[in-house]
Amino acid sequence: MGKTLALAGNFAAAYASKQINPQVVAAYPITPQTTMMEKFSEYVANGEVDTELVCVESEHSAMSACVGAAAAGGRVITSTAANGLALMFEVVYIASSLRLPITMCVMNRALSGPINIHGDHSDAMGVRDSGWIQIFNENPQEVYDTMFQACKIGEHKDVRLPVMVNLDGFITSHKIERVDTLDDKQVTDYIGPFETMYSLIDTDNPVTYGPLDLFDYYFEHKRQQVEAMKHALPVAKSVMRDYSKQFDRDYDIMEDYYLDDADYAIVTMSSTAGTTKFVVDKLRAEGKKVGLLKLRLFRPFPAEEVREKLAGLKQIAVLDRSDSFGAFGGPLFTEVRNALYELDERPGVVDYVFGLGGRDINAEQITSVYERLMSATERLAGDVNYLGVRGE
Amino acid sequence: MTLKGWNEVPMAGLVLDAGNAAEYHTGDWRTERPVWDEEKCKHCMQCWITCPDTAIQVKDKKMIGIDFDYCKGCGICADECPFDAIDMIEEDLEAE
Ligand code: SF4
Ligand code: SF4
Repeated sequence: MGKTLALAGNFAAAYASKQINPQVVAAYPITPQTTMMEKFSEYVANGEVDTELVCVESEHSAMSACVGAAAAGGRVITSTAANGLALMFEVVYIASSLRLPITMCVMNRALSGPINIHGDHSDAMGVRDSGWIQIFNENPQEVYDTMFQACKIGEHKDVRLPVMVNLDGFITSHKIERVDTLDDKQVTDYIGPFETMYSLIDTDNPVTYGPLDLFDYYFEHKRQQVEAMKHALPVAKSVMRDYSKQFDRDYDIMEDYYLDDADYAIVTMSSTAGTTKFVVDKLRAEGKKVGLLKLRLFRPFPAEEVREKLAGLKQIAVLDRSDSFGAFGGPLFTEVRNALYELDERPGVVDYVFGLGGRDINAEQITSVYERLMSATERLAGDVNYLGVRGE
Repeated sequence: MTLKGWNEVPMAGLVLDAGNAAEYHTGDWRTERPVWDEEKCKHCMQCWITCPDTAIQVKDKKMIGIDFDYCKGCGICADECPFDAIDMIEEDLEAE
């Protein structure tokens, strides 16, 4: 095992990137991602990595450079947040369509406007249909370990898709916590050399990337992406489980906390899961049958697994750290509730949109959500609520 | 040509071999057809130089005709010919 370090989420991501030692990193600074790239630039300047660091003029160019480097056949890492991801949007789709396994950290931050630099999930949710694998992480330790898992999942020959490693802006990106690291050699052995498929610079085996693809074949190529996403689910499961076995960790595509005998549960992602565990502990000590389902893998969405985990519960509240304006609830709510439709006896499911623009969520608020679930006398009927906003 | 299923083609629309432009019959696109008047032609090769689809057929330094598998009917040759030896007429799509 490697050293135990005190690392903020961004430094955990940078340290993992150093150990991965990718061929190319192309990124543009944006709060709250900046310190990851600052740290990584230091590694480059000190000669601690062999990486070609491309300092581009925008996020659109950052992802474009990543696409080029990945098509050439290199392992590639980048990172961004909020408006940076929005500026990348076009090329984010191109990266997944060209089936390029790039790893991108997103320090989840509210999209403008009004301008706000703090954490919510609106950036990542804006690209949830883009064909990227999306993993949400609770704390710096998870961010660190997920960086290596991301390589394994995205680079798998049945998948070949880019992976977004999400962490809550400021809350996780700047929070210093204990991180148990791996030795450099453990990392190198685990991820192995990057296996290039269809290198753009292999002149013996020439290949054209991105030709015009009209009504005769575009649909077929989209169908291939669907298939790759289908494969990504079992691959993500086995990668996370193997990783846990190999390095004495406990990862899976989701984490359940006191769910087995629970009647009432919260479903959420990222750092809020930590606060929710604190509340579950407190309520369990009072004998309340409450639990938590924390999703790590959001794309591909593990509908069957979510259904299995939540079957038999009485009432469920989904905590969504972004809204989907005009939709029936936030993005996590619509997925979770949809997944439960096949059950004969469906639990009540309600949505709580919270934490927009970095608004704090505290134990009292989460307790009030559990209290509502526990006091309901009938099956709750899919209402959408706003937690922690004034004027309700 | 029978079109293939999603599981029979390379991923991402990649084209896995080079120099395959000849397999793409741009003649499909034609809505106008160049008609060459051999009498007026001075074999100056202006059409051959300017045709974007190398559809002008040449033998022994003489223009001998147009390859309609590739001629997309753009009319550049007709425009460039200094001797008005090429005329563009409407393609008879019904006859195809
Ligand atoms: S440009 Fe006109 S004259 Fe010259 S070769 Fe072509 S058809 Fe003949
Ligand atoms: S019409 Fe266009 S494509 Fe056809 S022979 Fe003339 S220049 Fe070439």
